[in-house]
Amino acid sequence: MGAQLRLLRRRIKSVRSTAKITRAQELIASSRIVRAQQRMQAAVPYEREITRAVSGVVSNTASVDHPLTVAKENPTSAAVLVVTSDSGFCGGFNANILREAEALRGLLESRGITAVPFVSGRKGVAWHSFRNREMGGQWTGFSRNPAYSDAKTIAEVLIESFKAEDGIDEIHIVSTEFVSMLTQQVVVKRILPLEVEEKEAESPETIPPYFEFEPTADAVLESLLPRYVESRIFSALLQSAAAEEAARRRAMKSATDNANELIKTLSQEMNQARQAEITQEISEIVGGANALADAAAGKE
Amino acid sequence: MVSPEREIWSGEADMVIAKTVDGEIGIMPSHAPVLGVLVEGGVLRVKRGDEADLVAAVHGGFISVADNEVSILAEQAELGSEVDVAAARDALERALASVNADSENMEAAAEAKRARARLRAAGEDV
Repeated sequence: MGAQLRLLRRRIKSVRSTAKITRAQELIASSRIVRAQQRMQAAVPYEREITRAVSGVVSNTASVDHPLTVAKENPTSAAVLVVTSDSGFCGGFNANILREAEALRGLLESRGITAVPFVSGRKGVAWHSFRNREMGGQWTGFSRNPAYSDAKTIAEVLIESFKAEDGIDEIHIVSTEFVSMLTQQVVVKRILPLEVEEKEAESPETIPPYFEFEPTADAVLESLLPRYVESRIFSALLQSAAAEEAARRRAMKSATDNANELIKTLSQEMNQARQAEITQEISEIVGGANALADAAAGKE
Repeated sequence: MVSPEREIWSGEADMVIAKTVDGEIGIMPSHAPVLGVLVEGGVLRVKRGDEADLVAAVHGGFISVADNEVSILAEQAELGSEVDVAAARDALERALASVNADSENMEAAAEAKRARARLRAAGEDV
């Protein structure tokens, strides 16, 4: 009996310290979400402006046949940029992304396209190298706090291989979108070739103006499109960073809740064991006393 | 005026002067829509009526003018008042030193240009 009591006490102690750790992680993640969200907000104006500029150029030039906008007739290979996190402890965050990336890979392969994974984030890289999957490129170390230069590095590699003769023909990006504190959604987007949409202007005010270009439309497009891709990747990285922290906060919160639940059951069990021990001791004493009394009565 | 990481400044202006790859361009109200590529290490000047000019160092990017709205999409940008003059001067000296050592060093040359633009934006003579 005494052994069981000691065992329970030890378990409670260890669960309690785990709960303390997960609680701390939860709080850290909560404070990081706020910062990640702010960075996300701060990047919005640039993205909006660059999207506007791109649509301005595209709607002004009659024929858009920049290599980055033209879809190849028979695409044979596609790059899949998978944005995962560097550190774990964030629930199903990475598992969800990788599952979605696998689904995309299956889809592409059924269309006869080989998918080349480009991976950002230590977890995704580990997942791919464990399965001996060849990666077109890998980047780690910035999932929590991506800088624009990180997005630039990734975009450069992708655009480079997109432009190459026998390179990739499509670029897809699989990342997690931060919808709200509670919802994060894995999204799959094709970023290249750009989809040029013929759209009717929604209202007279939104007709894009007729631009003049400095120096030329082609030159502007040439330098604008890579920036646009960079900005899309950057925003995916920022979204993913915020989503990662939100996923971590939730995972850590449920871990803390579970630990507290466990502490409760264990304490009840421990109290029961302690009570049983006391009851037994009492009955032993009473039994002993009775036996003594009986023996004394027999002597008389 | 925006950079990928943040919005740097927004407000009313009488005139915007920027440096594109074709040369300086001054935008006044009712200017025709223009989309231009900005040079690396340029200085942007925003004239605002009575207030002092707003000066910023802009490294690469675009200027887009439409409907009396000027957007500067800079890859990197810094307001003149935010420039750390000592650090910029230091960066300029280092970049110049490596340009002197190796005149093919494009990176250092670009770095020198950037540092110079930052100093000019801060109102220093270079």
